[in-house]
Amino acid sequence: MDASTAFYVISLIKILVVFAVLMTTLAYLQWIERKVIAHIQVRPGPYFVGPHGLLQPLADVVKLITKEDLLPPYVNKPIYLAAPFIAVSMALLSISVIPFGPKIDVFGYQTYMQLTDLNIGVLFILAVSSVGVYGVALAGWSSNNKYALLGALRSSAQMISYELPLSLAIAAPLLISNTLSLRQLVVTQGGAPGHPGTFWNWNLFHGWQWISFIIFLIAAFAETNRVPFDLAEAENELVAGFHTEYSSMKFASFFMAEYANMITVSCMAVLLFLGGWVAPWPAKYGSGLVPVAVFALSGLIALYHGLHPARRMDRFSLPVVGVVFLIVAAVFLAPFTQSWLLPLFWFCAKVGLILFAFIWVRGTLPRFRYDQLMVFTWKFLFPIAVMNLLVTGLVVALV
Amino acid sequence: MDVILFLIFAAISLVCAVNVVIQPHPISSAISLIGVMGSLAVLYLLLGAEFIAAAQVIVYAGAVMVLFLFVIMLLNAGRETAQSKSETAHLLGVPALLVFALLLAYFLRQRPEEGVHFGGFTGGSAEAVGRALFTAYLLPFEVVSVLILIAIVGAIVLARKEI
Amino acid sequence: MQQVPQSWFLVLSALLFALGVAGFLFRRNIVTVFMSIELMLNAVNLSFITFAYQHKDVGGQLSAFFVMVVAAAEAAVGLAIILTVFKNRETLNIDDISSMKN
Repeated sequence: MDASTAFYVISLIKILVVFAVLMTTLAYLQWIERKVIAHIQVRPGPYFVGPHGLLQPLADVVKLITKEDLLPPYVNKPIYLAAPFIAVSMALLSISVIPFGPKIDVFGYQTYMQLTDLNIGVLFILAVSSVGVYGVALAGWSSNNKYALLGALRSSAQMISYELPLSLAIAAPLLISNTLSLRQLVVTQGGAPGHPGTFWNWNLFHGWQWISFIIFLIAAFAETNRVPFDLAEAENELVAGFHTEYSSMKFASFFMAEYANMITVSCMAVLLFLGGWVAPWPAKYGSGLVPVAVFALSGLIALYHGLHPARRMDRFSLPVVGVVFLIVAAVFLAPFTQSWLLPLFWFCAKVGLILFAFIWVRGTLPRFRYDQLMVFTWKFLFPIAVMNLLVTGLVVALV
Repeated sequence: MDVILFLIFAAISLVCAVNVVIQPHPISSAISLIGVMGSLAVLYLLLGAEFIAAAQVIVYAGAVMVLFLFVIMLLNAGRETAQSKSETAHLLGVPALLVFALLLAYFLRQRPEEGVHFGGFTGGSAEAVGRALFTAYLLPFEVVSVLILIAIVGAIVLARKEI
Repeated sequence: MQQVPQSWFLVLSALLFALGVAGFLFRRNIVTVFMSIELMLNAVNLSFITFAYQHKDVGGQLSAFFVMVVAAAEAAVGLAIILTVFKNRETLNIDDISSMKN
């Protein structure tokens, strides 16, 4: 196989792998969210469909597919059908530039763990999320429904208002890393091949980007329409906001788009501030044992609880989970996985941490009223983001 | 490969531009204009202007057109009703425009040219644009910032409710 | 043929500009007229960037950038004017808005 066909074949394989993993993650992100919120509210959450509710996402997918797919006669058909398509395709498109790890060897061909490395990667993600606003706005307009239109206008005004502090918060670590390419961002934060860095190289610590990180997270909450900024789509507000008139798969598309957006902004936060796939201390000093310890500990805890089960079915499910986790811990010890599985683990662990923060905030905070939300961004967040960029620029220029 | 890309996106932009002018409902015109801007962004990428392509999508297609969409939705602008139009204008105007366009194209063809391909011009990166913007083109940059400030103040003054 | 002749870009720009002029002259809805103006500005941007490629000078791209910024400012103010006109005249038809004689 010559180089160019190898390139196409490997790219195709990468696309399929990323797509499969992303779809599974989206489905199970919803399970994790429901479980975490349930435990915050001291109740078990989805429990009956499969052991510990693990088949709940499957049941939800089957339910949504088999629901009646209404096409109301009073909607503007082309725009009504196009809106969820725009929302989902833009949400999935932004995953295509995210780097998951360093260069790896696949059957003798070297390839990056990334679908494509644009040298304007950050601008690409910003552009794609700007176009994603249309999915929401057009959905509300085409539904020919007062509530949907109001919800859509509010939601899209919120999204474009929060794009400003988001872009300014992104600009500050870019001043420090001096690049727009996502892979280069990680390289400047200690991810250079052969010279692994420590947590001190991350932009959050060495670059002192605490304020940018907080502004980025707040703006990300607003961009993805999550609590506390989810007024436009909350069930007990405006009927259901912009997706009132949508049913079955089209409704599912909006949910998929929201979770995919959540994953994208979490990945962006990790790449910009938390050093991407760089481990907190280099692997040769033992950070490769951290995932082993984590998985082995969880496996042992699961096994222990399996021996003294709280509920009847736990006698079977928990020991199985324990054994699976112990096998995963053993895989992390194997030498052939050290170069690619460890960076992937650190990247996923950091993204998981931020996703957990998203879900944690959803279970904890009440939602903002719409005028409070708008005043918050224009009179508070935007000036702070500008001052932060100014100070960062001054420090970079003078130091 | 570059030729195929150009042809596809030029065709999309032409079809969407014709749609902008022909559609009776302003929303359809607005969506077609977004299509024009998107395909033009791809053509800018072909011409090596990667920063401008990203700026086109973020600023033009992602903010200015959202503004248009908001105004159309807020005003509930309906379909344009057919009016008595001047037949002479149509009879003379459309061919005249076509002739104008072709003449323009003919005069512009007189220059000797190299072809356009990906990688033909690498000076359009964000670094090159930023460097030029803050050295040679600093005055227009600052003037344009003042212009945006004037536009913001003007828009707020015009659109606020008179108490 | 692996390369696209530059004149094709300029022809496309001329066609888009002509379509923008046609929309500007023939449409009666004020918002559509405004969108035709944006179409004209986009066509001009394409010309600027083609000439930047031809002379290998980034200044053409910067001119396109400034055109974009001016268009954004103009869109903001113009739409505010349209909103005010709509509040006063209750119509978006430029024939009905005009209060000039004949």
